[in-house]
Amino acid sequence: MSNPNKYRLRRTMMFLNCQKPGLIKDPYVYKPDSIMLDLEDAVAEREKDAARYSLYHALKEIDYRGVERVVRINGLDTDLWREDIRCAVAGGCDSIRIPKTETADDVRTVEYAIAEAEREFRRPEGSVLIMAALESARGVINAMSICDSSERLFGIALSGGDYSKDLQVSISGTGVEFMGARQHMIIAARAAKVQCFDTVWTNLDDMEGFRKEVETIHAMGFDGKSIVNPRQIPIVHKIYTPKEKEIIFAEKVIKEIDEKKAQGIGVFTVDGKMIDIAFYDGAKRTIALAKASGVYKGDL
Amino acid sequence: MKILKSAVAGTLESSDCMVTVEPGSNGIEFDLESAVIRQYGKQIRKVTLETLGRLGVRNAKVHMVDKGALDCTIKARVECACMRASEHEGRINWGGVIR
Repeated sequence: MSNPNKYRLRRTMMFLNCQKPGLIKDPYVYKPDSIMLDLEDAVAEREKDAARYSLYHALKEIDYRGVERVVRINGLDTDLWREDIRCAVAGGCDSIRIPKTETADDVRTVEYAIAEAEREFRRPEGSVLIMAALESARGVINAMSICDSSERLFGIALSGGDYSKDLQVSISGTGVEFMGARQHMIIAARAAKVQCFDTVWTNLDDMEGFRKEVETIHAMGFDGKSIVNPRQIPIVHKIYTPKEKEIIFAEKVIKEIDEKKAQGIGVFTVDGKMIDIAFYDGAKRTIALAKASGVYKGDL
Repeated sequence: MKILKSAVAGTLESSDCMVTVEPGSNGIEFDLESAVIRQYGKQIRKVTLETLGRLGVRNAKVHMVDKGALDCTIKARVECACMRASEHEGRINWGGVIR
């Protein structure tokens, strides 16, 4: 079971309340990589049913123009999540986001329900991917086993609001309270070869703080960030666009490694830097990002 | 599907519609308020009646206030109001009566 979308580009994942038709009718105009159609926290308790009908028809009838459609289901501690999955899978979603994930078993439980729904609604097995939101100290501690829990799992995401409550701290805006979780999660994700996404930035009056935070998580290795407002999208995409110098270097690395490999040479230098096969995947990722950002003009 | 009580779904926000469904005895009695009734009134009526037909609603009073809803939103609101009015519980027939 191999899904070609598992490693797609996900720099921005924009949250949208399924209960609001005005929000879910045309978010593709802002060009996020993914949208997060929310059935959980954003939807009032008495509107959970209405949100599902809106979600189903939006998935069926709106052309999201290649933007990935992720559905955040309600928590496994509710009686809502099973029907959420049936609705999302029947509608044709690309992925399911599990909130408040604490263990690998949480992922397997959802995976089983997704597989059942795929059979019921005649979708190919494995067509629906999973991402897990870690929202508690226990979830973060279990990041490694969660990352390894399912072939469908494409990534994990930090959910800062609930995590900071569990940690008994407040969100400072400096990121100090998330340092340990971020570092732990990115290491676990990389070890398991899945993606890692950062939490939302909710202070829309402080876009400079937002920009600094995106620079930090980009430097840490995160694949992208959760977004609550379209104004945040171009800032993230700009920071994730490789610089010309990086693209030229990545091109040289790929070409040299391909060439030297054929000659049986393992270690060599490019622009004065010692290079070996360990640089290959990173260079490939830089070129892929450059292509996705529309700035690559080379022939790789 | 039998409409057992009055129920509402939707809002008066832009791109939405508010649908009120009540028990009736004279077939479907549909009443529409919309700023774009001249351009889209026929289409809104068509989508609403088709949705009610799929749900098997034969008798009901249906009042809709449209605020520029797309067809997919009209279907979703009509279905939700009818499900609430019929006191439906349990699994939903996605891809069957809901489509």
